[in-house]
Amino acid sequence: MAKAPARPSAPPVPNRERPNEPAPFQATKEELLDFYQHMLLIRRFEEKAGQLYGLGFIGGFCHLYIGQEAVAVGLQSALDGEKDSVITGYRDHGHMLAYGIDPKVIMAELTGRAAGISKGKGGSMHMFSTEHKFYGGHGIVGAQVSLGTGLAFKHKYSNDGGVCLAYFGDGAANQGQVYESFNMAELWKLPIIYVIENNQYAMGTSVNRASAEDQLYRRGESFRIPGIQVDGMDVLACRGAAEEALAWVRAGKGPIILEMKTYRYRGHSMSDPAKYRSRDEVQAVRDKSDPIEHVKRLLEEQGVKEDELKSVEQAIRKQVNEAADFAEQTPEPEAGELYTDILVESY
Amino acid sequence: MAIQIKMPALSPTMEEGTLAKWLVKEGDQVKSGDIMAEIETDKATMEFEAVDEGTVSRIVVAEGTDNVKVGTVILELTGEGEEPVATGEGKSEMEAPRIEQGEAADQKTEATPEPKQAETGARQMFEAAKNDATVADPEVPEGTEMVRVTVREALRDAMAEEMRADDRIFVMGEEVAQYQGAYKVTQGLLDEFGDRRVIDTPITEYGFAGVGTGAAMGGLKPIVEFMTFNFAMQAIDHIINSAAKTNYMSGGQMRCPIVFRGPNGAASRVGAQHSQNYGPWYASVPGLIVIAPYDAQDAKGLLKAAIRSEDPVVFLENELLYGRTFEIPKLDDWVLPIGKARIMKPGKDVTVVSYSIGVGLALEAAETLAGEGIDAEVIDLRTLRPLDRKTVLESLKKTNRMVVVEEGWPTCSIASEIAAFVMEEGFDDLDAPVLRVTDEDTPLPYAANLEKLALISADKIVAAVKKVTYKA
Repeated sequence: MAKAPARPSAPPVPNRERPNEPAPFQATKEELLDFYQHMLLIRRFEEKAGQLYGLGFIGGFCHLYIGQEAVAVGLQSALDGEKDSVITGYRDHGHMLAYGIDPKVIMAELTGRAAGISKGKGGSMHMFSTEHKFYGGHGIVGAQVSLGTGLAFKHKYSNDGGVCLAYFGDGAANQGQVYESFNMAELWKLPIIYVIENNQYAMGTSVNRASAEDQLYRRGESFRIPGIQVDGMDVLACRGAAEEALAWVRAGKGPIILEMKTYRYRGHSMSDPAKYRSRDEVQAVRDKSDPIEHVKRLLEEQGVKEDELKSVEQAIRKQVNEAADFAEQTPEPEAGELYTDILVESY
Repeated sequence: MAIQIKMPALSPTMEEGTLAKWLVKEGDQVKSGDIMAEIETDKATMEFEAVDEGTVSRIVVAEGTDNVKVGTVILELTGEGEEPVATGEGKSEMEAPRIEQGEAADQKTEATPEPKQAETGARQMFEAAKNDATVADPEVPEGTEMVRVTVREALRDAMAEEMRADDRIFVMGEEVAQYQGAYKVTQGLLDEFGDRRVIDTPITEYGFAGVGTGAAMGGLKPIVEFMTFNFAMQAIDHIINSAAKTNYMSGGQMRCPIVFRGPNGAASRVGAQHSQNYGPWYASVPGLIVIAPYDAQDAKGLLKAAIRSEDPVVFLENELLYGRTFEIPKLDDWVLPIGKARIMKPGKDVTVVSYSIGVGLALEAAETLAGEGIDAEVIDLRTLRPLDRKTVLESLKKTNRMVVVEEGWPTCSIASEIAAFVMEEGFDDLDAPVLRVTDEDTPLPYAANLEKLALISADKIVAAVKKVTYKA
């Protein structure tokens, strides 16, 4: 009988190393209170911005962050402010407030005033704070993914120990340049956390109507970039995921993806009537999963009194009202500003 | 019957090359497909394959020989079943142009078909850039030695010198490192600076233009090479929306000191998608600097200035000019001002304004015109944004007539822009309408005759000048 030729069996493919499943962050009472304050500031700020828009003080596009507060606050609280950089798209107010940037200069930018953080020349979608290593504020869907990969390139090139946190939405996750960037980031082991803020609607198109693979945390698989899906309505889960992702990246293992499952309560922008989803759907999320209510309950469990929370709330309302008053009254840019900041040098 | 193998033309504009290495020796049998030699052109090292079968009877041109003209006999083969010709003890020497016709015929030598230079409409521009015209030089200290370098070397030297001085500068792009540059512009940079600073990217223009822009925002000084600017269309969003506008949108907070560079404009016989001048596109964008040099000294001096600039710069080179040799002053630090045009040839009867490869044609036309008693002043804009209106208007004041020459489309061109501001600001100095000599308003065709019709030429410039001087 003829012997079958010996066929060496292929060695089993070792499983690639994966990050651990992140554990929820164990916050102290002070940390929890801090999360609460930041999230509430974003909420009240955005509500006020919506109001000012309705009154005609804010023009153009204005994308509110209401509902998504836990993501920016939870993730950015884990960063090293001296080293790490952040970049995002046009829904950027929350990320700046999470950094503790003065609400006055943000609101004044929304109203297009000289005192705005971009001297009134950027507007809602184009705000930056190089002091905080916050690199915008970019209006073209997906552009910040390549730019953020460039910031990560800088961290590695300069060996400065920094990590870039690059936020983008579920809509941007279908842009070609995202995958071009994934490829280079993994190829060059760049220190970057890609944060997909999946608020489930790219303007009016739901994720599953636009994405063949709607589990967006898997979008890095063919580039060998691991992904973690995170409850983006839970600030402790967000912070816990950030810790895990930072450990991965800081260990030199290259990029990682965090898909934050979140929800925006308002329309895509102020001019969006949001007919693509029911009022009930929005209300259900508000009732069951509101990120701020969640932290409030935790604080109450830890024995924080109702009136203590009230005074926090009052202080924030006051701060936001002052920001709004400032933004309404502070002057518009001088006409000469039209011609400044186009080029740095004179030729 | 000996078969003569001749130096091949490995690109449409190749005139000569280096016979880098023989991979066969006399007495070897070769068959079709065997690699016989490595030939170095100014762009790349190419392998040269045998087409005929036979025995190598004589190596005519020794390896290591430079400047072997296309068409020179480099090797002789003896066909099958023939006695190898005595080779004189395997002597191989440089006796290159040994194609004495009569003798060859007597020996019944069968010549391989003469490698002919491919026809191309770009040749007129390529030939004009030989720089045999006299040009006025930018100011250099008296007694400065002049050296002859190609535009390609000038660009490489500019990058290398700046990279030596500033660690924040790095080069990224397709084939810039290990391959030494698709057009060899980055040759040697990987060896000197290593793979931290000379980085091969995947073929993803949109992505790496964004990565470069982000790195510039983070504080580095990237040089992003596009293999050609045609491919930068995929990246134009980052050049315009990210690099050019962010400083303004941030109220001056966000710097973006980046250079996007690569060949631009028509090359030779590469068809419509690979032949386009993006000068007017980028020059219309506030927040960008746009530079398009003609000769080697401007290429070097302006690229160094571009790299040092704190602003985003689009640096438009020209493939046909890469291999052209020009004189360049031997100075430690040759940097030229951005935004200043250069008077290449002074004249009094008419001003001919051009940039990039059009300058060579303008100089050629000026020579022809001089023979007919018309003294043309030739201006090289060098920078397309900001435009040096002053130099153009001052020249017009002197000559009162103007022709703008542009290797690019006429509609919404740099030429249209010049015609517009000359009308606005120099109307009283005009004795005739400003005329434009540009490529035809069509996609660039492949066929050599049509390509020639589409592109600018010295003749077209001469005709336009005669019109504005009323000598037509």
